[in-house]
Amino acid sequence: MTTPLLLGLLAGAILSGTSLLYATLGETIVERSGIVNLGLEGLLLVGASVGFSVTAISGNPWLGLVAAAAAGALVNLALGWLVVTRKANQLASGLAMMFFGFGASALIGAPHVGAVIRGLPKWRPAWLADLSWVQATTLFKYDLLTWLAVPVAGFVWWLLFRTRWGLGLRAVGENPNAAFASGRDPGVFQYQALCLGGVLGGIAGAHLSLSLTGTWAEYMTAGRGFIAIALVIFSKWDPVRVIVGTLLFGGAEALELQLQARGSLISPFLLEMFPYLLTIAVLLAWGGSRRLAAPASLGRTFYGSS
Amino acid sequence: MPEAAVIATFRNSDAVRAAARFAGVSAVALLVFALVLLAAGKDPLSAYAQTFRHTLASSYGFSELLVRMTPLLLAAVAVALPSRLGLINVGGEGQLYMGAFAASAGVFLFPGAPAWLLLPLVVIGGFLGGAVWAAIPGALRAAKLVNETVATLLLNYVAPLIVGYFIFGPWRTTENSAYPESSPYPPAAMLPNLFGTRIHAGLLIALAALAVYWVLMEKTRWGIEMRAIGGNPEAARRLGIAVPVWIVAALAIGGGFAGLAGMGEAMGITGRLRQTLSPGYGFAGFLIAWLAGGRPLGILFMSFLFAIITAAGDTLQISQGLPYAVVNILLATILFVVLASRGGWGVSR
Repeated sequence: MTTPLLLGLLAGAILSGTSLLYATLGETIVERSGIVNLGLEGLLLVGASVGFSVTAISGNPWLGLVAAAAAGALVNLALGWLVVTRKANQLASGLAMMFFGFGASALIGAPHVGAVIRGLPKWRPAWLADLSWVQATTLFKYDLLTWLAVPVAGFVWWLLFRTRWGLGLRAVGENPNAAFASGRDPGVFQYQALCLGGVLGGIAGAHLSLSLTGTWAEYMTAGRGFIAIALVIFSKWDPVRVIVGTLLFGGAEALELQLQARGSLISPFLLEMFPYLLTIAVLLAWGGSRRLAAPASLGRTFYGSS
Repeated sequence: MPEAAVIATFRNSDAVRAAARFAGVSAVALLVFALVLLAAGKDPLSAYAQTFRHTLASSYGFSELLVRMTPLLLAAVAVALPSRLGLINVGGEGQLYMGAFAASAGVFLFPGAPAWLLLPLVVIGGFLGGAVWAAIPGALRAAKLVNETVATLLLNYVAPLIVGYFIFGPWRTTENSAYPESSPYPPAAMLPNLFGTRIHAGLLIALAALAVYWVLMEKTRWGIEMRAIGGNPEAARRLGIAVPVWIVAALAIGGGFAGLAGMGEAMGITGRLRQTLSPGYGFAGFLIAWLAGGRPLGILFMSFLFAIITAAGDTLQISQGLPYAVVNILLATILFVVLASRGGWGVSR
């Protein structure tokens, strides 16, 4: 029985959108504190390779997931040391971390290329499994990370917009001098945001290797980190809108796979371009009008209150 | 002059300070990377010794460094030129592939043409391929629609797919080849080699590009206008400088240089179009330009240093059995040390 195209698309969008969602949420928190992390691509690779290697050694994907989250936090703390403590240029620091991620992930993953692992367990609630239109798809047969994707986005929104900490964080991203004057240390908030963003980025990478593909390959993130950075702009630095954005891009990837699986005559090379071109098209359509939504001090270094 | 004063003057001279900084940064980076190699179960001393033997210690090794330096120089100028306007071009990798692609298109359109026609054709094609590819984000930025950093990064992933489409499709070699590549170029399309080594005419093109960059920036009215935009775009606009035109032009010229790097790799080294043309020369170009603060001599020096680093990557891969990508850790370490020690080599922050 063949699956209807739309159902297949939705199912695929949710599966491949999950890691994009965690990555974009992490970058949203970091950018809300006024820091652009261009090294997200490297962070995802570190998460994917650490998660896969620890799982391959220990046989326990949960251990791999925790290790990936911890490694992600560590990578981002190193970035924090550069841009917060040493007040270095954010773009160059981000690219330094990107290169570090390229190299470190290759080194960490090398002994485990081709290893077979038991990925994160997936389950489908019994009452949904009985529906015939569900059975033919991957719908509702998710691992914990996919089940938690929407709640986590809601939690990040609550954290940013409904807590004192979130207010402080956003204040730091908008105007660190004013935040400093009101008794908040911008550096502390930025380190906290980077740590949280690193955990989410590490999880995002681990989802790629532990659930979506179940393998490790060098450069396997294939630009997802950069797509996530573009998605932050698309979703106006709002965690709830991130859900829409990641579904759209997960859908673009799913469309590519669905067309290939259905024996489309379009070259796979052209289909693979689709997510990147769609990202640019989306920024083209909405990016210009969204600049005002950006945290006002995004990318600037806080040199202390004068 | 008392001796102490002489020493003080000596110590304060810019060149000496730069050299001292460079030595310090290199030492720390090599030390940190040695720890990484140790952690990977390799002997850092033998890895460093092997790299030295394969590069600086032999005339063949040295000529190979100049071969590697060729694309790095061009990729660095591709970043440095737009950066004078405050534009961040992180799309060198894609522009490089599009240059090689356009040059190849020229060759495959006129395969029987003589060398005096084909060589100018591949040079122009290489430049145009990269220039058009960079002009896209340039136009989007000039129209204030999309940030050029994000757009150039994303286009890096599209360009190799275009190359892939053609080498798996219309240009696919008919020979029984181990991996996907195009048919070989006719000998007339290949850049001439120099000194009987693998060094090819691309090196002269790269040095010329660096000279053009220096003259354009320091000696012409255009350079002044571009630096004015980089300093204060609003003031430049009020002075009557056509800011959007310059944004597109600077990125296009930069992209053209990166395209020439790709052309040089294809027409100077591989002799065919491949999807594995560049091991990250485009990104390395960004780092070179940034570390050199955009200064021509600095770019020359840093390109040479990066040539040694990429050679180290080969050594790690071939004789130490580590993935080539591991050399990125060394790159990151160097950057990390420079970023963490304030001031850089006069790098503006």
